Amino acid sequence: MEYILLIISAILVNNIVLTQFLGICPFLGVSTRISTSLGMGAAVIFVMALATLVTFLINQYILVPLNIAFLQTISYILVIAALVQMVEIILKKVSPPLYQALGLYLPLITTNCAVLGVAIMVIKRNFNLVESVLFAISMAIGFSLALVIFASIREQLEINDVPKGMKGVPIALITAGLLSLAFMGFAGLVK
Amino acid sequence: MNQKSNFLKGFIRENPVFVLVLGMCPTLGVSSSAINGLGMGLATTFVLLMSNLIISLIKNFIPDKVRIPAFIVVIATFVTIVDLVMAAYAPGLHAQLGIFIPLIVVNCIVLGRAEAFASRNNALSSVIDGFGMGLGFAFALTLLGSVREMLGSGSIFGMKFIPANADGILIFILAPGAFITLGFLIAIINQLSKPAKS
Amino acid sequence: MAKRESSLKNMISTLLVITLVASAALAGVYNLTKEPIAAATKKKTENAIKEVIPPFDRLERFAVMPSDGPDSLILYKGYEGDSIVGTAVQTYTYKGFSGYISIMVGFNADGSINDIAVLEHKETPGLGTKMAEPKFKDQFKNLNIAQLTNQKVKVTKDQGTIEAITAATISSRAFCDAVQRAWENQKKGGEK
Repeated sequence: MEYILLIISAILVNNIVLTQFLGICPFLGVSTRISTSLGMGAAVIFVMALATLVTFLINQYILVPLNIAFLQTISYILVIAALVQMVEIILKKVSPPLYQALGLYLPLITTNCAVLGVAIMVIKRNFNLVESVLFAISMAIGFSLALVIFASIREQLEINDVPKGMKGVPIALITAGLLSLAFMGFAGLVK
Repeated sequence: MNQKSNFLKGFIRENPVFVLVLGMCPTLGVSSSAINGLGMGLATTFVLLMSNLIISLIKNFIPDKVRIPAFIVVIATFVTIVDLVMAAYAPGLHAQLGIFIPLIVVNCIVLGRAEAFASRNNALSSVIDGFGMGLGFAFALTLLGSVREMLGSGSIFGMKFIPANADGILIFILAPGAFITLGFLIAIINQLSKPAKS
Repeated sequence: MAKRESSLKNMISTLLVITLVASAALAGVYNLTKEPIAAATKKKTENAIKEVIPPFDRLERFAVMPSDGPDSLILYKGYEGDSIVGTAVQTYTYKGFSGYISIMVGFNADGSINDIAVLEHKETPGLGTKMAEPKFKDQFKNLNIAQLTNQKVKVTKDQGTIEAITAATISSRAFCDAVQRAWENQKKGGEK
């Protein structure tokens, strides 16, 4: 029950893009087509789960015992960068079709602050390993959900007449604001 | 390009937030009040300035293929320094900005300037570029924070100008308000900077 | 000067040197800031204690393990001469909208609440953050939980006496939970 609560709250109530403001760059950049946002979403779920797992272990077994928690930021970002590179190489060898689908988005993930953000969040919240990975996957699903919804709105937006100064980024931001407003309605869902 | 316009470009013409639309996460996340926006802006300015300086100095020693990881390490070092110093001397602000301090590492502006400017220019230009861009970022965050604080809490830099028991328009402090306010600010700037045609 | 070649040896040595220099620099800064950070935390706690209990000239620190939570609570008993003037309890809850909330609750010698200070939370700005404002937390002033129904402090939605913060019932409930935990454990005393 507790896990279900954790998942729902991470996907809907505390949606990473719309309420925590993480991963906005890809949210605004990649979300013009539903198909590309699906690809990006899948890549993020994969990398975020893996990155959180690895960084959690590094924190637990290296940083904390050696009392060098101040190296957290630097070690995490290096791990994420290395991990993304590795996933890219392995995917290319093992599953070319999957690489075709995700490859384009992988390099972008290194600088997606959602990945680093979630890795740091699970440490701040004192989660255990299972909770951490579950939390990371849920957060990534929330990210994909927001991305896909947003992309479908934007596809419609393109064929509409938008006031001149509002074209492009401004109208996208305002749309995101309305979407975020809608997601606030989920706040009553938990507890 | 002379050094003066190199410095000034970050404010309006190439403003990282309003024109380049970079570094959106901290922009939206910490701009619920003017003081938070300013604090975050200055922290980012320090990181930009120092990382631009170091990267422009060591650029020739770094083999091309490991350029990005090397830059990231340099940036992460300065971010951690800011994090520690803030925790020591400005614990209140540190608690407010929270997770967004370590996330300066992945702020696209910092890595973007390292890659696009500092790795190609000399130390002086890079420092000026970093300083200008950083202040431009701080300016944007403070502006956004002020607007949201005025509308949402009826105060500016913590000083309340509406009756003490009255509330502001709450939505502007909350997440949707961040998106909507920034959207309108960018629209206004677009309208002003592109007169008549286009 | 020409750029260095991207040979494997160059790449590894460059990254190694950069990482080592970075770690060394950080270790230095960490050592320099360690004491100020500890001092800032200590000062924050001390200020909170002074804020929530009547003036005292001597403090005694105790730790109590609550029956229903993972971490121990810290009790600070304030003495003036030999008589206890009040007890400040550093208490917490994990039931906040964003999880952990830490507050300092001050009790008078008779067990009623003197004042409360908010130490740490991650609640939504503009909503849950209002728990630190007088409008909400002053409701707890002079409240004696012993005189409440079932000796429980609750929000009005749960048939209690505390008016919850508008649109932040979860934060308000969590706050009550932390206060309740403080009250139940300050009676126990605890060990040094």
